[in-house]
Amino acid sequence: MYTQGLDQKDKARPAAGEETAAQQDAFQARVDAEEKIEPKEWMPAAYRRTLVRQISQHAHSEIIGMQPEGNWLTRAPSLKRKAILLAKVQDEAGHGLYLYSAAETLGVSRDEMVGDLLSGKAKYSSIFNYPTLTWADIGAIGWLVDGAAIMNQIPLCRCSYGPYARAMVRVCKEESFHQRQGFELMLELCRGTGAQKAMAQDALDRWWWPSLMMFGPNDADSKHSAQSMAWKIKRFSNDELRQKFVDVTAPQAEFLGLRIPDDDLAWNAETGHYDFGEIDWSEFHQVLAGNGPCNRERMEKRRAAHDNGAWVREAAEAHAAKRAARDAA
Amino acid sequence: MNTTDALLAYVLRLGDTALVTGQRMIERVTGEPELEEELANANFALDYVGQARLFYAYAGELEGEGRGEDDFAYLRDSQAFRNLLIAEQPNGHFGDCIVRQFLFESFYVLQLEALAACGDRRLADIAARGVKEIRYHLRHATQWLVRLGDGTEESHRRVAGSLERYWRYTAEFFDGDDVDDVMRDAFGGPDLASLEPRWRETVAGGLREAMLSVPEDEAAQTGSRRGLHTEHLGYLVAEMQHLHRAHPGARW
Repeated sequence: MYTQGLDQKDKARPAAGEETAAQQDAFQARVDAEEKIEPKEWMPAAYRRTLVRQISQHAHSEIIGMQPEGNWLTRAPSLKRKAILLAKVQDEAGHGLYLYSAAETLGVSRDEMVGDLLSGKAKYSSIFNYPTLTWADIGAIGWLVDGAAIMNQIPLCRCSYGPYARAMVRVCKEESFHQRQGFELMLELCRGTGAQKAMAQDALDRWWWPSLMMFGPNDADSKHSAQSMAWKIKRFSNDELRQKFVDVTAPQAEFLGLRIPDDDLAWNAETGHYDFGEIDWSEFHQVLAGNGPCNRERMEKRRAAHDNGAWVREAAEAHAAKRAARDAA
Repeated sequence: MNTTDALLAYVLRLGDTALVTGQRMIERVTGEPELEEELANANFALDYVGQARLFYAYAGELEGEGRGEDDFAYLRDSQAFRNLLIAEQPNGHFGDCIVRQFLFESFYVLQLEALAACGDRRLADIAARGVKEIRYHLRHATQWLVRLGDGTEESHRRVAGSLERYWRYTAEFFDGDDVDDVMRDAFGGPDLASLEPRWRETVAGGLREAMLSVPEDEAAQTGSRRGLHTEHLGYLVAEMQHLHRAHPGARW
């Protein structure tokens, strides 16, 4: 789905003299010329760290993101919807795997990355710390959360780092499919009974603002993204992408007959964009700080799965070692 | 029993076992020991849900009363389900699931292979498609059985316990009734008496490789063909059906 790692400052600095100005200039020239940087080629250490952080957070988001949707798999109200949701959750596991592999090309192991997630050192997208309370939330996630993710990810298909860009081409195709399925789920509810439509409105009420928060802080508060822009890891600012999302989504809500929960939302003919209200940034920072409705549950579930699987992974290793010893004998 | 009624009953049994098996796998999503297993588990669950839909759709046609896949899945009470008892058993740990799948799929592959050659064209087509999926599942389950049985002391102890737990539900695979008789005699379907020795051979081979012993046949639990289930099915069905039933007649 999406990572908010784009806005974090790279804290580690290379020791003076490790990277020459000539190396950095040559690298920047390649990036400026829209050349793809490949795993074995020279790159600044900070570029590498930024990518590892961003790609691994993106992978973690896919894995944690399976939880809120998985929450409705056993209760999906038709077999067709059950199959669609199951396929979506499977795709997310696949995206996670794919992205961990892309990050591994930068010299970090999946075990290290997973270790950082489980220890709380690495983050994942704030959106997955909200609960899925009704079936309509599954539609809202597809429509809004995947919709927001696509806004972020389409530019990543042109990211300067080759393996990430190529991974995103495939991921985006699937995300776009998920987004359409989510919208179609909402449409079915909105054309259904009064109770179904109320369920859809309630889901939009709860997911709208958290979806806008997925784009990260306002540009004025997002100073660290300048370097990512220069490296062409990031192509558009948070506010540009957020505006684009609102412009695309507002007419869709209208089509569904749903009301976006923002009194300030209005078409502005002068700017050619929708105006919209101010995000509650205190809520955003609370969720990032680990105090969202489900931060604790998401991490507990992930850690429990990891811990409960320890004996299985040990057995697999022990068996592989026995087999290798037998083959060698 | 007339042949159409028997065929309908038989197809519903297949659909119910596929759906309940898939539902148990779905409960495991996000709880697997490795990311690769998340993909495998979701993929297998999807196969089972897909098979259930095909069986139910065909059941609806055979019945001819306008019922579709969701009517069978969501609007029957648990006692109307005819899934095998082993399918409804709670998941337990990873090794439990592997052993359950290994025992059941060793049988299901043989059942589907026989059905793929049966005289009812529709059922044969569904079975031919399903058997490709289940062969792959069984290979996966067998590989894990061997890793766990011949892994660490702990993993061996755990799967030996799983085997003890599930073995008593395997006898009913072969505990046929008049529906099975009609399937065999009128449609050239599976002959349970001849499947059993082949199943025992497959299972014994897998267990041997996994350093596990074949359990004693005692205290067999049967009854699914008559709708006599264990206590576990009621909860599975209640959770699966509640939203659908809370909105009668709604489309999703």
